[in-house]
Amino acid sequence: MAKKAARPSNSPGEGASPIPSPAEVAALAVCARHGNKASELLEIFHDLQHQLGYVPEATLPVIARALNLSRAEVYGVQTFYHDFRRHPAGKHVVKICRAEACQSMGTDKLCSHAERSLKTPLGGTTADGMFTIEQVFCLGNCALSPAVMVDERLYGKVDAKRFDEIVAAYSKDAAE
Amino acid sequence: MITVFVPRDSAATSVGADEVASAIAAEAKKQKKDVKIVRNGSRGMLYLEPLVEVATDKGRVAYGPVSAKDVPELFKAGFLEGKSHKLGHGLTEEIPYFKTQERLTFARCGITDPLSVEDYIAHGGFAGLKKALELPPIAIVNQVTTSGLRGRGGAGFPTGIKWKTVHDLTADQKYVACNADEGDSGTFADRMLMEGDPFCLIEGMTIAAVAGGATEGYIYIRSEYPDAVNVMREAIEIARKANWLGKNIQGSKYSFDLFVRKGAGAYICGEETSMLESIEGKRGIVRYKPPIPAIEGLFGKPTIINNVMSFAAVPIILDKGGEFYRDYGVGRSRGTLAFQLAGNVKRGGLVEKAFGITTRQLLEDWGGGTATGRPARAIQVGGPLGAYLPESKFDVPMDYEEFVKVDAMVGHGGLVVFDDTVDMANQARFAMEFCAIESCGKCTPCRIGSTRGVEVIDRIVAGVEREKNLALLEDLCVTMADGSLCAMGGLTPFPVLSSLRGFPEDFHKPPANKFLADAAE
Ligand SMILES: Cc1cc2nc3c(=O)[nH]c(=O)nc-3n(C[C@H](O)[C@H](O)[C@H](O)COP(=O)(O)O)c2cc1C
Ligand code: SF4
Ligand code: FES
Repeated sequence: MAKKAARPSNSPGEGASPIPSPAEVAALAVCARHGNKASELLEIFHDLQHQLGYVPEATLPVIARALNLSRAEVYGVQTFYHDFRRHPAGKHVVKICRAEACQSMGTDKLCSHAERSLKTPLGGTTADGMFTIEQVFCLGNCALSPAVMVDERLYGKVDAKRFDEIVAAYSKDAAE
Repeated sequence: MITVFVPRDSAATSVGADEVASAIAAEAKKQKKDVKIVRNGSRGMLYLEPLVEVATDKGRVAYGPVSAKDVPELFKAGFLEGKSHKLGHGLTEEIPYFKTQERLTFARCGITDPLSVEDYIAHGGFAGLKKALELPPIAIVNQVTTSGLRGRGGAGFPTGIKWKTVHDLTADQKYVACNADEGDSGTFADRMLMEGDPFCLIEGMTIAAVAGGATEGYIYIRSEYPDAVNVMREAIEIARKANWLGKNIQGSKYSFDLFVRKGAGAYICGEETSMLESIEGKRGIVRYKPPIPAIEGLFGKPTIINNVMSFAAVPIILDKGGEFYRDYGVGRSRGTLAFQLAGNVKRGGLVEKAFGITTRQLLEDWGGGTATGRPARAIQVGGPLGAYLPESKFDVPMDYEEFVKVDAMVGHGGLVVFDDTVDMANQARFAMEFCAIESCGKCTPCRIGSTRGVEVIDRIVAGVEREKNLALLEDLCVTMADGSLCAMGGLTPFPVLSSLRGFPEDFHKPPANKFLADAAE
């Protein structure tokens, strides 16, 4: 009896597989860093996404257990916010502002240009996995519209030409 | 040693300020000039960014917009001595755009090093808090009430009343929460202040904490503002070390600590109760009111919630007195507002002025007209839920009540200018689309109505049963306005109906695709 109990349990009732994946390990560590506090769930998702590039589905039950929440609650929070990705993104995320100030300076044209030049629709990732392009609503750079953000760097007065230059600079950095 | 200022504000860096700073450092080294570069906040003349300033005996001399490749030439022209150059504008404070402003909240922004407490104090910082620490809390509340300050986040609720409610309650824990979600397009004042004068927000929130009896505070900053998040976090750390935050602030009996929470890309989290849910780590679903957050706010405790601009106005109110602030403005709109000129405007930027000036003055005297040089046709004031003003309404004074009279709102003070190429049916459609994307989903008129709204406008534009669908759109707007819990669904009809009423011709154009229209009939 005693021997049997000492073995790691892998009965279906336990849910988790005996060997946690690296993502699950990362999730546990991030939760611990935040004191396993449910009120820090957004910060936990941000940190995890920063580390892994997205929030893998497999981490949700792990987070739920660590924070003493139901899986539904954790899933609900992840899916409510536009920021949290459920799938990996490209190496760089290019966010193009589609809100009113940028509209007045031609962001619609810029979006079409971006889609054409990167050969992927908004929301998509380039074939080489370098760029994901997304729409956002206002980057707080409305006096220097249209505005674009690449990862965490802001660009202003972005026309088609400047867009191509910005993208080219990131591609070049990667090539070197 | 010569001091050169190159802003670190993200609008400035978005057009190359970092590269300019490096180029100046490199050129100074090459020429063996002793130059100190201070990364200040922005002066708000964003059309001149990157705006480089040089400290001279006569004052700070401005050059802009400077790009890295202009730097060697600026050195040659003697800009380090403030000499003239084609990018020069003379003394910064004499530039009409700047000189004509009434800078109360933004008095220090762009002047100081944002992360230097010494600089902050040398320019009048913490004077308000020092006075507050000596006053009974109710006297602080009274100063704020006297000032006539109303919430700058959009709704314009009197700040003093809110603070009084929290002050009067007894609770084991109270909170202060700052709304720095700034989701409205065409607005960037909160960002500029947080990046350019973060201690001002810390001071304002601390005064609120002392007044209300709170010991813990949160600043909820949208994730689209990574620089503001970093500057605020750093500033809080610095303020803690200098005992402007933490236990027994400056030897007083008051303790207050502050934390930054990052949003996650949901516009609705700017609505105060949604923001509270989000700070608590939950989905940003709007709460029913009552109870109001002043009574049951963060974690169910009494909470003072204000916008960045509201808190940032408080230090000067405490320093100079409520009457001083109240003496600016008109009617029941007291003090100054940081207007933000955005979109299709030649000289975009931040203009802090007393209430009472008109949209036209802002557009023409400061903005210099449209960037494209075409006639301005519409200005959206107050963010995505604000009305589109046609030219005939450009002379309405900026005043909460006057704007309500013309079915518009001042909101957070953002003005987005459109020239005569704008298609207002398209703007109306976008307002509905935005509501559909950003709705928290709690009420049907907002969640579903907005999607139906997009479809109805599409049918109108396509020429499908136009009159019937126009009536349907009006009807839908009434349902959304009456049947929504918060202003997301409740105010989306504003941009829609103002487009329809102010620019009916855009809804009556011949359909672009006759074939489609016929097929749909
Ligand atoms: C959909 C929606 C979005 C809002 N967004 C913001 C915002 O980004 N920033 C803000 O300060 N207030 C925003 N508000 C207003 C807040 O609900 C609240 O009135 C404000 O934070 C109170 O602070 P104040 O009195 O200092 O303005 C929003 C309201 C709604 C309905
Ligand atoms: S109006 Fe819209 S955003 Fe506001 S509570 Fe209802 S569904 Fe949520
Ligand atoms: S509207 Fe595009 S940055 Fe604000």
